[in-house]
Order: sequence, then structure tokens, then C-alpha cells
Amino acid sequence: MNTFKTYRKITILFLTIFFLILFVNISPGQKVDRNEPPQLGPPPTLNLPPIQKFQLSNGLPVIFMEKHQVPLVQINVMVKAGRVNDPVEKTGLASLTLDMMDEGAGKRDALALADAIDYLGARISTSAGYHSSRISLHTPLNKLDSALVLLKDIVLEPTFPEAELGRLRKERLTTLMQWHDQPNTIASILTSRALYGENHPYGSTSIGSEKNIRSFTVEDLKNFYQTNFLPNNSAIIVVGDVNPLEIMQKLENAFGQWQAGKVIPVELPKVEQVKSRKILLVDKPGAAQSVISIGRIGLPRETKDYYAALVMNTILGGSFASRLNQNLRETHGYTYGAGSYFMFLTDPGPFIARSSVQTEVTDKALQEFMKELDDIRSPVTEEVLIRAKNYIALRYPRNFETVDEIADQLEDLIMYQLPDDYFNKYIGNILAVSGKQVQQTADKYIVPAQVDIIIVGDREKIEPSLRNMNLGPIDFYTVEDVLGEALNLNE
Amino acid sequence: MKKLVLFILIYFLPVLAEQITLEIPFTQFTLPNGLTVILHEDHSIPTVSVNIWYHVGSGNEKPGRTGFAHLFEHLMFEGSGHVPEGKFDEWLESAGGDNNGSTNTDRTNYWENVPSNAVPLALFLESDRMGYLLNAMTPEKVDGQRDVVKNERRQRYENQPYGMAFVRLFENLYPPDYPYHWPTIGSMEDLTAASYQDVVEFFKTYYIPNNASLVIAGDIDPDKTQELVQKWFGAIPEGGTVPIPDFPPVSLDEQKIVVLEDKVQLPRLYLAWITPPFYSVGDAEFDALSNILTGGKNSRLYKRLVYDMQIAQDISTFQYSMKHSSSFIIVATARTGHTLAEIEKIIQEELSRLREAPPTEYEVQRAINQFEAGFLDQLETVGGFGGKADKLNSYYFYTGTPDYFNKDLNRYRQLNPEKIQEMMIKYLKDDGRVILSVVPEGKTDLAVSKEKEDK
Repeated sequence: MNTFKTYRKITILFLTIFFLILFVNISPGQKVDRNEPPQLGPPPTLNLPPIQKFQLSNGLPVIFMEKHQVPLVQINVMVKAGRVNDPVEKTGLASLTLDMMDEGAGKRDALALADAIDYLGARISTSAGYHSSRISLHTPLNKLDSALVLLKDIVLEPTFPEAELGRLRKERLTTLMQWHDQPNTIASILTSRALYGENHPYGSTSIGSEKNIRSFTVEDLKNFYQTNFLPNNSAIIVVGDVNPLEIMQKLENAFGQWQAGKVIPVELPKVEQVKSRKILLVDKPGAAQSVISIGRIGLPRETKDYYAALVMNTILGGSFASRLNQNLRETHGYTYGAGSYFMFLTDPGPFIARSSVQTEVTDKALQEFMKELDDIRSPVTEEVLIRAKNYIALRYPRNFETVDEIADQLEDLIMYQLPDDYFNKYIGNILAVSGKQVQQTADKYIVPAQVDIIIVGDREKIEPSLRNMNLGPIDFYTVEDVLGEALNLNE
Repeated sequence: MKKLVLFILIYFLPVLAEQITLEIPFTQFTLPNGLTVILHEDHSIPTVSVNIWYHVGSGNEKPGRTGFAHLFEHLMFEGSGHVPEGKFDEWLESAGGDNNGSTNTDRTNYWENVPSNAVPLALFLESDRMGYLLNAMTPEKVDGQRDVVKNERRQRYENQPYGMAFVRLFENLYPPDYPYHWPTIGSMEDLTAASYQDVVEFFKTYYIPNNASLVIAGDIDPDKTQELVQKWFGAIPEGGTVPIPDFPPVSLDEQKIVVLEDKVQLPRLYLAWITPPFYSVGDAEFDALSNILTGGKNSRLYKRLVYDMQIAQDISTFQYSMKHSSSFIIVATARTGHTLAEIEKIIQEELSRLREAPPTEYEVQRAINQFEAGFLDQLETVGGFGGKADKLNSYYFYTGTPDYFNKDLNRYRQLNPEKIQEMMIKYLKDDGRVILSVVPEGKTDLAVSKEKEDK
């Protein structure tokens, strides 16, 4: 059965109000057995429409999935270049280039372009990830043609006006300044830096340093664009209420003339795994909570341990019923929430466990963190294993609810060269993970003696008790050590 | 192929029409115990959302017990008569479900998103806590969630830059005995004071079938779902009459100037006015005004302050719609070297311009087009906060009928410049507003001050 039935949309559009008020007669005294939770039937299967693949005349690949429930179309232009393609000494350039692409394109300046998009009720957004960048269009079907012209202009004819660069420069310098207020941001930045070093794209911030932000020129933006925006380095993802013939013709008209070029591969510097345990304590005087962020280098997206790592992390800190949240929130009341995650990237991304805890219990909370990181290396019960697997596998269909969510999933296929039956096999792959694999994965990747512990909090209040824990050496930081001096734009 | 051709014919038709009729078809019935039930089918993906609203929020609280409705929401996840502590989440997760809840001034909502085979489990859990919560309630559970909620307050308010701004804003916008005066999270003192006995009373008064509405939406068979609802909720006894909170007519007839120092780098300005309630005349006009002032690069305030003058880092406005009275709020952050008085002066100029001449037809149409597109997006998501299930409950609660999607859309389609101007002149008065400046510690010179205003 194809669950992406089209009649739903027709119902929505054509049926007049289907509106019934029923009064139900049942005897109020009816008893039901509540002693056991109800037995459930077999879970439904996910049946997706086929993934359709095409190429434009210039070789640009198009990956397409039909979805007809609502008259919407999502088109993502994905370029396989991102923050890792920032040139040496120019960290932040990918992010700025993408940010500038909708600040003037084709014959329209920044204001005219924004007005045209807004008037259609469409959304076009641009962003740079680590290994890829994306320009996405989300539009009502009846505005598709006009919106596609704007998307084409932004992708193929960005103008990078000097005045807009000056404006975004100010905006970014101010953002740097505002980070001084945000303990979570400070913890994230220092965690990445501690793990990868500032010269690795995974260890630096997306927008780069103050010095870099001040230095970027229109020339830099154009260079980044010309080097990386190539059809043979890109793909187009389409999801929505269109048919293949129609959308192919439209895309050919828009992007068929895009000229190919030479793609320069990037290799990331090798990183060393954390070898011992240390604490990096950032002083935030008067903070009501301490942010705790415990990190080490995790694993790449294309690992054979992918499914086992997902299941293991779900048990440790990936859901509400996970051990970290149950322990720190429900059992102890130290926090509003605690959890952990692997960031799966092309190269090994970080594993991070984190929480914001009441200042007075920072040491106790940290102790519980260390206990859980240790315990997950021991065998898990069958009940816990099944719960975690079901939680991931049976929720999986919900990643395919909206056109933009489906487009995200399709991007992964391209980015990590996953097979076409990847979606259909996903649930089975999760359910096949064994307890032994979970334990092996934990043993390999969760090593509590080899982690960087970043804490952002009130040093005067928390330092003595942290010292008593003897978890390792403590390095002290000020917020300025992490972010630089808060700047004054008028200098 | 035949099928495909026919299909294409059908689905291009509505695109040719100028205006699409959008509906969320539903079935509604009421159990003898007073529980209102609304069902909606959507088989796009094999999941179902169970969404229940209890018609009680922080607006039902009394001074001295603020934050209680929300603390109670937390306790609803701690087990009930036939669900041991911790099992609510564990059983749902084992079935591939997610859940959450939220409290605002007017209502408390809960949802479970589950695969379509797990609807009986979600209904069992939801009905068990409606029928048997107190069988499992203990003072220890109240203490445990009290700590969690205090940490929620620390995390989302106290340890958050500008986190106390909205608390101060509403305290000043509404008089002390008006129930929107205090924040939903409550004060630390009141959270400390909340007792086990309060929990018992609150449950008996408000968590009764005749004070709730249940929506089940998604991949369901309506007949079977109706049977399940009867099975699990039918035996819960009807409760008493729910006390109606006291919301006297409210207005602010002075300009209040408030300054708050915070651990922040940049000063931030908040302007607030009292505006018409959710779905009443004027409510949509203020959504439109928000779009005209700060929706996109070409909007009036964004363009002047952020794009042209570049003295603000950001500016946003919104109509915060509530059941008994809404507020229209402007928030702007000044860049370093600029004061909030400078920002306020420009805002004042732009509001004056709108008082003299209504927005252009083009501006209003641009806003309408964005609202319409937003309604299409709403049709895609069934569960969670703001999905179709939640939306049906919201319509039922605020307007008295779930049959409101198209009417809601028409509120925006009917917007016109003159009406927007009329509402703006009527409600956004200089002598009936709160001006709150949040400034870095010791930098009160950056604030909008009384002296400067008096000049």
C-alpha cells in the first residue's frame, strides 16, 4: 500500500466542510482492564514514493520525490562545498558568501529581491554547512514559476554588492559581541575548539574571528563562489506537488546553462583523539546555572557502527527516558534536561553530553554524568535495548512528513552516497542492532577517562568542589579568553 | 497510465482557481461525561497525534500560587493509578512515540505522536492520568518536579540574557490582580509554597473530562478510534462546574517607563500595548501590522533601523494573542554606540507616519500572500505543538468550534489598509504603553528615561 495517497489533497481541496456532531451513548460504568498497558498490533510500515533521478543537459543531477497532499514545492540546490572549503586564514568565508547570495542577484538589488520573494509568499534561504551549502526554495505551487526565476538568479547570478557586505560585517561583529552573554554558545565554542583545535573546520566557529570578519572583501566572496559553485559539484533536490516531466523542463530552463568547472577536493587535517581527562572552566560570575559539556571525538557518518551508535546514544542520552535525563532531571532534579548526541559528519564529528545544572550542584551533577558515561559501557538489558531501537525505528516515518523534511533526507543520500533503498532498509537496520554491538560501540567511543569537560559557570562557587572531585587538571578561562574582547564597533 | 492522466487533470484544477478553499475535515462528538472529542484523518504517513487540552492555565491562578498550572503539567508525566513512575515515557518510547506538554495563560496542552498501531497505548496513558492521577501522587513527586521547574526557570529566565524582560513587561502591562500580570513559570517563592494539597485540589477542579478537549488526528480509522475513546475515557466521571477566572475589562491608561539592568552586552528596547483578544476584531490586523513593521527587509521598521541606519542589530514585533486580552510588542536591540532613546525615536516616527496615512495596498497584499502560504504549511504537519491536531484544539478552545481553518484564513484575506490603521490608532497609544529598557549593568544612560521622554 502506498501511504502517500493522493486523495488526501483532493479531499482538502474539494470537499466542503465535513462536519458532524455525534452524541454517543455508552454506559458510564463500563470497566476496562487497566492492569496492563494495551497490547498493540504490528507497527505500520513506511512506504515511500519512489526516488526519481534525472540529469540536466549539463550533467547536474536532480533527485525528486513526489508529494501531492498539499500544493507546495521544495527545491534545494545543494553544493558540495562548505565551511571545510574556507581558504587558509579565511575561516568564515563560506558562511558569509552564502549569507550574501540573496543580498542582490540578477537585475535585483537586496531590497528588490527580498520584496519579490516576500510578495510571492515564498521562502528562499541560504546556508553553509561543514561540507555542503544549500540554497533552498519553499513555495506554494501556484507561485513556482516566478519563485524559480528568483532561485535561479540567486544561485547563478549573485552580485555581492559592497554596501551589503559592509552591513553584514557589522551584523556579524555584533553577533560575536552578543555571544559573550550566552553561556551555551560559549560552552559549544570551547568544546569544539578543545577537541579539534582552532585551525580545523570542526573546531572553529561558522562566522570566523573578528579579524577575519573585518578582512573579507567582495573579491573573497566572488572567489569562493566561482571556485565552488559548479554544477558538477552540486545537486538539486525537489519534493512536492509536481510531476516529473513538468519539473524537469522547468529546472532545465533555469539551470541547464550552468557551466561546469574543475572541482578541487579538500582534505581535512588529521585530529588526535582526547588522551586524558581535563576540565576547562569558564568563569561566568553570578550565573544561576553551570553549563556542562563533555566531549570527545566521535565517528564519521559513513561508519559501520552508525546504527549501533544511534541505539547506544538513545539509551545514554538521546530521549526523555534516557539514562542521563532520568538521572539528572527526574531522580535528582539538578536540571531541566540532560542529554547526549553524536554529530555525524564526513570526518569524525564530536560526541557531546551536556546539561545546564543548578550552580550549587555542579559537582554532584558532574559526578552523575561520569557515572552514566561509565555505566553505558556495561551490558544493557533486553528491555532497554528494544525500547531504544523502537524509539528510533518506529519514529522514522515522521522524518518524511513535510516537503522540507523529505528534502533534508534526500540530501543525505547524495552527501553520503547512500543507496536508493537506504530509507526502506533503515528501520530493519536499526532493529537488527544487538546488545553486544551496543556495548562494543560504547566501549569504543565513550571513554570517560578521556574526555574534555567544559564548564561555564560561577568559578568562585564551583571551583572548590570541582577540585575535590579530582577528575583531572583544571584550566581556567575567562569569557574573553574564549571569545576575545567584546568589541566596540566605533573604534 | 490512465490513472496518471486523470490524476493530473484533477490536481491542476484548483491551481487555476484564484482562491483555494482549505479545510481540515473532522468529526466531533461529546462523551456523556462531557469530554469533547475531535477526529481528523490524514494518511500521509503512518502516524497519529493524540492531543488533549485542559482548559486551565496560569490565568486561573491566584497571586501567591503563581506557576502552579505549569508545575502541575510536569506532574502529569510522573505516573498515574495504573502507570508506575517513569513508565509513561518508557512505554511510549518502546512503541515509537514522543510526547510533550505546555502551559500558557489560558490552557495546558499535551500530545503524544505515535505510530498508528499505538493509538490504544496513547489513549490508555492519557485517560489514566485524567482518571487516576491522584492514586499515584505523592509529596515526594511534587518536591521532585518543583526542583525541575525551578531549574527550568533558571535556564529559561534567570540564566538567559534578557530572560526576565517579558516577566517585567507583563507585570507592568497588566494590574496586579489581573491574571496575565504574572508569568506562567511563576515566582520562586510561589513554587516553594506549592503544596501536595494544592495538587489534589487543582486536579479535582480542573482536570476533569468536562474541562478538556481531545483531538486524535492522522492515520486513523474514525469508527475504531471512536470506540477506543469510549473504552478508555467513557468511565471517567464528569466533574463539577469549573470556576471561571475573573478577567475584568482591562486597559492601560498611562505610559510606564521601566529600566532593568542585566548581564548583557547590548541594550534592548521593549514596547508593549494591550490589544484585542485572540480571534476577535483587530487581532488579525495586529498580525498584519507586525508584518508591515518588521516582516522582511522592506518592512518599515526593519528597513529604517537595521537596513538603512544600521543602528539596531535586530527588530521584531508580534501580536501575542491570548483568550481575554492580547498584547502587541516591539523588541529591538541597539548596536554598540547607540542608545535605546535613538531607537525609540525612529519607532515613534514610523508609528506616527502610519497614524497619518494607512499602509499601502501593496504592503498589505504582500502580508496576505505570506499568511496564505503559511496556512498551506500548516496543512503538512499533523502532530506536536502547532500541528493540525493542536490547531483543531486551539480553534475549538478559542472560538468554540474546530471548524475554523478557512474562517481563520479569511480573517487574513479580508485585511485592508484602513482597518489596520484604525486598529493601530485605537490601541497603540503613547499614553497607554510600557517602555522597558534592558541595559548592561551600570549603563542606565542607554535606557529610555522619563526625563528624556518628558522633553
